[in-house]
Amino acid sequence: MLTRLPLILLVTAIVPLGLSGCVANTSAADTTHEALTVDSSSESCTVSASDAPAGNVSFTVTNSGNQVTEFYLLGDDQLRIVGEVENIGPGLTRDLVVQLGAGDYFTSCKPGMVGAGIGTAPFTVTKSEAARTVDTDLAAQVESANANYASYVKDQVAQLVTGTDAFASAYLAGDDDAARTLYAPTRAHWERVETIAESFGDLDPKLDLREADLEEGQEWTGWHAIEKDLWPAEAEPGFAAYTPLKRQHLAELLVADTKTLHSNVQDLSFTLSEQTNGAIGLLDEVATGKVTGEEEFWSHTDLWDFQANVDGAKVLYAGVREIVIETDADLADTLDAEFDELQALLDTQRVDDGFALYTELTPAEIKAFSDQVNALGEPLNKLTATLVL
Amino acid sequence: MGVDAGATPSRGMSRRGLLGLAGATAAGIGLGVAGDRAAIAATGGTEPSVAATYPFYGEHQAGIVTPAQDRLHFAAFDLAADADTADLTALLKDWTAAAAAMSAGKDIGDFGAVSGPYDAPPEDTGEALGLAPAGLTITFGFGPTLFETTDGVDRFGIADRRPAELVDLPHFPGDLLEDGRSGGDLCIQACSNDPQVAVHAIRNLSRIAFGRAVLRWSQLGFGRTSSTSTSQATPRNLFGFKDGTANIKAEQPSTVDEQVWVSKEDGAAWLAGGSYLVARRIRMTIETWDRTILSEQESIFGRNKGEGAPLSGGTEFTEPDFHLAGRGDAPLIADTAHMRLAHPSHNDGRMLLRRGYNFVDGNDALGRLDAGLFFISFQRSPEQFTRIQLNLARHDALNEYIRHVGSALFAVPPGASAGGFVGETLLD
Repeated sequence: MLTRLPLILLVTAIVPLGLSGCVANTSAADTTHEALTVDSSSESCTVSASDAPAGNVSFTVTNSGNQVTEFYLLGDDQLRIVGEVENIGPGLTRDLVVQLGAGDYFTSCKPGMVGAGIGTAPFTVTKSEAARTVDTDLAAQVESANANYASYVKDQVAQLVTGTDAFASAYLAGDDDAARTLYAPTRAHWERVETIAESFGDLDPKLDLREADLEEGQEWTGWHAIEKDLWPAEAEPGFAAYTPLKRQHLAELLVADTKTLHSNVQDLSFTLSEQTNGAIGLLDEVATGKVTGEEEFWSHTDLWDFQANVDGAKVLYAGVREIVIETDADLADTLDAEFDELQALLDTQRVDDGFALYTELTPAEIKAFSDQVNALGEPLNKLTATLVL
Repeated sequence: MGVDAGATPSRGMSRRGLLGLAGATAAGIGLGVAGDRAAIAATGGTEPSVAATYPFYGEHQAGIVTPAQDRLHFAAFDLAADADTADLTALLKDWTAAAAAMSAGKDIGDFGAVSGPYDAPPEDTGEALGLAPAGLTITFGFGPTLFETTDGVDRFGIADRRPAELVDLPHFPGDLLEDGRSGGDLCIQACSNDPQVAVHAIRNLSRIAFGRAVLRWSQLGFGRTSSTSTSQATPRNLFGFKDGTANIKAEQPSTVDEQVWVSKEDGAAWLAGGSYLVARRIRMTIETWDRTILSEQESIFGRNKGEGAPLSGGTEFTEPDFHLAGRGDAPLIADTAHMRLAHPSHNDGRMLLRRGYNFVDGNDALGRLDAGLFFISFQRSPEQFTRIQLNLARHDALNEYIRHVGSALFAVPPGASAGGFVGETLLD
């Protein structure tokens, strides 16, 4: 069951202006928020109130100027950014929703996105019973989460390089049995960090394109091109096994492109939202490609990819879990439980060191996977908004 | 054949007339007005954008620049294995007569739905009795296989009249086409503000075809996803975004002439005044989309969700500024934004007249809604679509949430004049 979370973000309830400080009195279980407006023109930055009670506060920022603008909520040192909205085109309106503890803040706009902000003004958040205390010093935790994830990505890609070398050697030597055995476990390293690998727009199509993704006349390279050659049983009539020359070409490209990926990930660092969105992206990969059996069209080893995507998402979540517990313990509980349920389902399909083939699953088993991916996906997709205020 | 729809539409039985006989003329008119009101409510417009009836006969077929109605029933047919040229001609004549009658709000046949020989089945199936046509238009098209089968057989002696452009669309990256939702010798697009009227049209035209042509696939659509007239508000697709803001509108006659109607100089003289229809069944994985964060949703489309304004600023109809940059010098409208890639300025000026519909056909085995966009576009040459779709299939950030599962291309002949039939220019 999906737990209804007490997390309401980006809500644009209309509170009459001029009644600042008046938050609708609802039960403690409901999230209420103070709704303020900001007018960002070329000369001024007008906030509808200069104070608000602690808790969730939304700033609906309208750009009435003629340049792209940004709005900042700064700490009492006027330097630390508590919340920001950027890239608001002229005439557009965008919300900033932040959870604020009592204290002194400053509001500021930056039309043109350069120089010091204009209209910088003090903004006071008063104590309120409803508000939870927010740990405003999460920087160290975020820092360590980022460093840990960067190490994880490097480690997975290093293992991918080693595994790919072995796979390519077996394939080149004509030892198809060995290549078939290495295929799924090696690809798991790719799938664990798939969203990072995909961020290199030129490498992803070279390494991971499915046949349906090709356009007419485009050369097919990478894992799935080799997959079809290794599992030709369901190929179209007339499909011919690749020549030794073609095998060599594909294997060499696979090894070389994987090495390029390896060098590309050496200097990566990640923001908090890149981490949380990465976890979300990995589960989306499961929902669209793996649950449907589309990814491993010839080998049907989709559950290996499924597990690897989940592994990657879990690592990302584990990196920020302590922060989630501080900001929204209920969400952390839900995510823990849903991850466990998904893993339990995967464990029922374990066979030796691997998994059952997708084609061996019953429709009911596939449906159960899909349902659990949705059950985890909904709360997981709230991570970014929960953590990145 | 068993059903003679009659060559003279004036002989058809008027459903309004039936109501009149029942002493309910005022109620009949009331229905028409109510239909218009429904259209206004649905579009948020301030004036009726869809008329009660559109003439079937004319220079161009109706249902192209006609203000997009709210409901669709689209059908593709294959000719029977033993059908000859005489059968094809007779079928098109019968379809023309029936379509003209239904467009005028009349039953088909001499006797209609509830009269005639008591020992014969009624000529009209009857479910549209008492309903106004609600802007019904019926549009016919000819697929590549009508001219030549995939095995190269010229069944109707018209292979030499096949326009060079009328060939299957190329495979686009990501296409997962199903044969049972693609292709067809003939197509019929029936649009109305009343879904039952649109279904009635396809049902009766299918019945007329029995023995000569059979239904290959059909698609219901609810909720238009494009405006084809400036009198209409821009509707939303199932992603919740306004779609087709920059569509070709009927009020832009020079653009319509340049981008939609085939001209005499384009090659096939019989097709002059006609167009090409592309149909694509685009499945949306809305469950995944719905949990995508708002900033990403807007960045994928390149417009804001509320008003449909380009992210470069302004309001819905403000021209997008593709160069305006935000933080880090990244363009406010991303390089992979759907709106940027589909825009004429990124396709050498090519435009499409889009006339698509939302669909939800129950659910799939995984408990996901079988939902999406039944995309329809009209263009002077299929190359306009191919160019734009290739740009989208290669780069569009939206691809993560959509699958093209059906595809068809049809040449849409010019309109018929009263006494003639649709396709006359091809078959005479």
